[in-house]
Amino acid sequence: MKAQTSVSRLELIGLTKQYPGCLANDDISITLQPGEIHALLGENGAGKSTLVKTIYGVVSPDKGDILWNGKEVNIKSPSIARELGIGMVFQHFSLFETLTVSQNIELCLSKKQLSQIDDLDSRINTLSEEYGLNVDPTRYVHSLSIGERQRVEIMRCLVQSVKLLILDEPTSVLTPQEVSGLFDVLRILSKEGCSVLFISHKLHEVTEICDQATILRGGKVVDTCVPNDETPASIAKMMVGDLAEQDAGYSKKEGSKTLFTASNLSLSSKQPFGTALKKINFDLKAGEILGIAGVAGNGQDELMAILSGEDDRNVGSALLMNELEIGHLHAGERRKLGMAYVPEERLGRGAVPDMSLTENTLLTHSKGFVSKGLVQWQGVKDYTNQLIEKYKVKCHGEFSEARSLSGGNLQKFIMGREIGQDPKVLICAHPTWGVDVGAALAIHQALLELRDQGAAILLVSEDIDELFLLADCMAAVCDGYLSPQVKTEDTNIDQIGQWMAGTFINEQASTTQPQSPTKEAVI
Amino acid sequence: MILIQARTEPSNTMKFVSPLLAVTLTLIFGGILFTAIGKSPVQALQVLLIAPLSDAYNIGEMFVKMGPLLLCAVGLSLCYRANMWNIGAEGQLLAGALGGSAAALYFIESESIFALPLTLIAGMLSGMICAAIPTYLKLRFNSNLILTTIMFNYIALYLLIWSVHGPLRDPQGYGFPESALFADNTLLPTLFEDSRIHLGVLFALIASVIGWFILTKTHLGFQVRVFGADESAAKYAGFKGNKLGWLVMLFAGALAGLAGVSETTGPIGQLVPNVSPGYGYSAIIVAYLGRLHPIGAIIAAVFMAVLYMGGDLAQIEMGIPVAVVSMFQGVLLFFLLACDFFINNRLTFTNQATN
Amino acid sequence: MDADLIVQILFAAIKTGTPLLFIALGEVICEKTGVLNLGQEGMMLMGAVVGFLAAYSTGNMGFGVIAAMLMGSIMSLIFAVLVLHVGANQVATGLALTIFGTGLSAFVGADYVGKTLQGFQPIAIPVLSDIPYLGRIIFNHDILVYFSFFMTGLLIFVVNKTRLGLTIKAVGENPNAANAIGIKVLKVRYLAVMFGGAMAGISGAYMSLVYTPMWVEGMTSGRGWIALALVVFASWRVGRIMLGAYLFGLASIMHLVLQGLGLSISPNLLAMLPYVATVVVMVIISADHFKEKLLAPRSLGKPFNPRNMA
Repeated sequence: MKAQTSVSRLELIGLTKQYPGCLANDDISITLQPGEIHALLGENGAGKSTLVKTIYGVVSPDKGDILWNGKEVNIKSPSIARELGIGMVFQHFSLFETLTVSQNIELCLSKKQLSQIDDLDSRINTLSEEYGLNVDPTRYVHSLSIGERQRVEIMRCLVQSVKLLILDEPTSVLTPQEVSGLFDVLRILSKEGCSVLFISHKLHEVTEICDQATILRGGKVVDTCVPNDETPASIAKMMVGDLAEQDAGYSKKEGSKTLFTASNLSLSSKQPFGTALKKINFDLKAGEILGIAGVAGNGQDELMAILSGEDDRNVGSALLMNELEIGHLHAGERRKLGMAYVPEERLGRGAVPDMSLTENTLLTHSKGFVSKGLVQWQGVKDYTNQLIEKYKVKCHGEFSEARSLSGGNLQKFIMGREIGQDPKVLICAHPTWGVDVGAALAIHQALLELRDQGAAILLVSEDIDELFLLADCMAAVCDGYLSPQVKTEDTNIDQIGQWMAGTFINEQASTTQPQSPTKEAVI
Repeated sequence: MILIQARTEPSNTMKFVSPLLAVTLTLIFGGILFTAIGKSPVQALQVLLIAPLSDAYNIGEMFVKMGPLLLCAVGLSLCYRANMWNIGAEGQLLAGALGGSAAALYFIESESIFALPLTLIAGMLSGMICAAIPTYLKLRFNSNLILTTIMFNYIALYLLIWSVHGPLRDPQGYGFPESALFADNTLLPTLFEDSRIHLGVLFALIASVIGWFILTKTHLGFQVRVFGADESAAKYAGFKGNKLGWLVMLFAGALAGLAGVSETTGPIGQLVPNVSPGYGYSAIIVAYLGRLHPIGAIIAAVFMAVLYMGGDLAQIEMGIPVAVVSMFQGVLLFFLLACDFFINNRLTFTNQATN
Repeated sequence: MDADLIVQILFAAIKTGTPLLFIALGEVICEKTGVLNLGQEGMMLMGAVVGFLAAYSTGNMGFGVIAAMLMGSIMSLIFAVLVLHVGANQVATGLALTIFGTGLSAFVGADYVGKTLQGFQPIAIPVLSDIPYLGRIIFNHDILVYFSFFMTGLLIFVVNKTRLGLTIKAVGENPNAANAIGIKVLKVRYLAVMFGGAMAGISGAYMSLVYTPMWVEGMTSGRGWIALALVVFASWRVGRIMLGAYLFGLASIMHLVLQGLGLSISPNLLAMLPYVATVVVMVIISADHFKEKLLAPRSLGKPFNPRNMA
């Protein structure tokens, strides 16, 4: 797989891109050989996405050159990139749900490319067989699973006889089983001489499949290595710098009293292409964290919305909090009973972008600050300053607008605000997604502290590693079904991975009693 | 080399400067336009903007026009803050005029001291009904509020025209489509001697203070603002969207209705087909120009009232079509929207060319 | 009611529905790319007045139509720049366009109020117009009505059968993704908005050159708004817009129908009918929230800024 020719496929020389207030790429140089699978590693915000968007012509660099097969090129737009033979699979897919697979692929082809293909559908079928992609050209994209959509994206590149395939965190949306399928495709491509640029922050994947790795930090290339010669730990150190190793592992606790119960919760989705919830059962206990794993789009959003009361449909006795029926209460009333909620989207849901931090404090924390309908603004201000100080939120002050904060700082603020209400039950989605290591550590500590004070916590995350780190017991969602709950110590990544792929669904359906034996074993 | 750069924090200065800049640009546009049609720009602008404020009588008339504009604009400011796109102030105003006039005609022989308050309440209720139907349709059936409120503008207009041609027409009016003149008992008292400034103008000022208080001091007003700025956040926080929607729409309907009934029981004194020269539509511009802030709306309403007065004077004195007013309003809103770009962006000047 | 009257009513429904059809065809393309232009009424009025002026001063009707279309596009260009480049709120900008157009048209047309012109004459299509009943309803119109038939057919073809149609749908559904695969989102939106402007212009010209044919201030009386409702009614499908336009046309000539039935109702109350009908239709259509979400272009009314694509 090493370079057979002297000319490299792609050479980046000194690429630099400046955004307002942030140097996204700083003098980056990388070389890729034909057939090479090259990993681009780095924390969130290290500049990986900007770099690949530059190569694909979505972002234009301020400085630097790109050589393609030894010749200097100016990639002004994605269509030019595709003409050259560069294909890209985006992290958030660039597919159109209301169109069919073949229409989606057609849109990406230039008129010239299209004229060279007699029948697009049969071409897709042929390629589909060749690479084991299993993509049906006539289906509408909204009817496809996440994994299938990713294969459509890859197909889109294959149809154009791609010479360089860029994948932006392709595995974060896949089950462990789907990941190995993807790797098979990549290996075939590599054998055929196609180069692959593979963005990830999952180190075991990088060591498994990549020939070369480049590590970015703060927009700069800090190191390059051959992943096979390294250990995940040594690569991790290159990625995060001198920060101490974070995941020493936290102590697991066993909960006491059940504070929150969902029983036989079934609900259709409000969104046209959403996932319906099917007979969901779980218990949250005081002083325990329940982690729910799952690939995005398997009903997590719907579950969170109905638990928090944002989805205002009455589910009656399916939800109990402190033995009180809450299925008919709206979000505000549930908050009054002691529920707090950290949503997935921080800006534009967890916080109002155009409002100050003080106003954002009042958003969910009105207790003690409102009397006779009037707001005690001074009190809210003082309290907000305390929050900023306690959680080390980096900002200009309580008057700063939420959107001026970085993702990690805003998340610390939201976490602090929700925890500050002394919740009995905390529902928390993707608490550290896109957050830097330091902030993630602080958020973990805050969650554990809250647990130790006796709160019941539901943690939904796509990051299995984080769940194993924090959760005291675990379950997984797939297609709107929830697996049984097990103690974290009694399970492993393999089992949870299989559950994420839905292996529990048939077992569950075959047992008439939804309370499966596994679950009783936990209780 | 001029570059556009996004600001990291929006500029508070620009929030105030932008409307002033927009007004200035509109005046420059006006100057060019008047030159183009062969009128003296200096004289035209003088007639449009200075003459209306030149003597006590004109100033009084300006306030009379400001009243309905401000009443409607305060209500609209709250609606737009809550992201309720109520374009129906005109219809609500007409409904208020219609309902209030019906009450005033009912009380035409009455000596009761409650006649005027009841007339005003009838006007407000009519405005509220006219606002309530589209609100119900939006919140219950999810129909597009912009379109339904606009349809109700037309429905209210034709209902009013039908009424003055039919049931409310003055039997002694020689067949003119007008109601009888209201009794003194149901006319709004004027505030000063020798001026037509009536109680309705005071209502408008009070309404804007109430609007300001609700918006900035109460938790309800905070919820309205959150709901408008970010509906998902409002849902997340557990604010009841429907309740807030009803609240702002009924408030706006009541104020617009009050504006309508104040016109008929104030300066007009009877129900006529052309109660409003488009106050309800102009109020949209007033609300925007006042930064959707009830106090800002006062200044904007004064400006708009001057423009209305000036439009009338310009037609009389210079033969400029009165339509120039609504054209200026459109241009003003264009410029305002364009200037608002600089709240979140700024121009930077650099010497080096970028490649 | 005899057959003759029914033929007359249906003929009139098509004629009355034609301006709605033109403007709604323009707006549906615009909305399919994700842009909501509430300035229809303003563009239509400008089309009406400029079309009338051009035709009146040159005596050439065709010139009037072209001038109206150009004017509509120019008006829409103001909207497009503000919304697509400056990032202004689409609702507010659309309202400004309507207010501006209403004022400007009255200003420009002040000297022409009350003047009349000959107008386009009906052209009976040979053979087809001899079909009993149907021929008189459909094939005995003026040239602009035939043009509206042609445009409807053309747009059905473009939207459903061509790559351009795919591109339009893609931009309206997910502009970020469209940008990422190299579609020039702003260019598509600019063209769609301007196409909408041209169609609004011709719709206005139909009012002032054929329907009345004269210029009166505010003569479109809310048709631009009704057209917006029509697009929702048609669930963003071109074919259904034609049907809807003629139904609304029918509602506006209800006095003819009632006359036929021997009823008499105040014309002022009947004038309310198209607006009431619009409200009723809107309620029926949008009551199914789920369906509307499915059919409406997903990015409708939302700004897209390629600079924010980092």
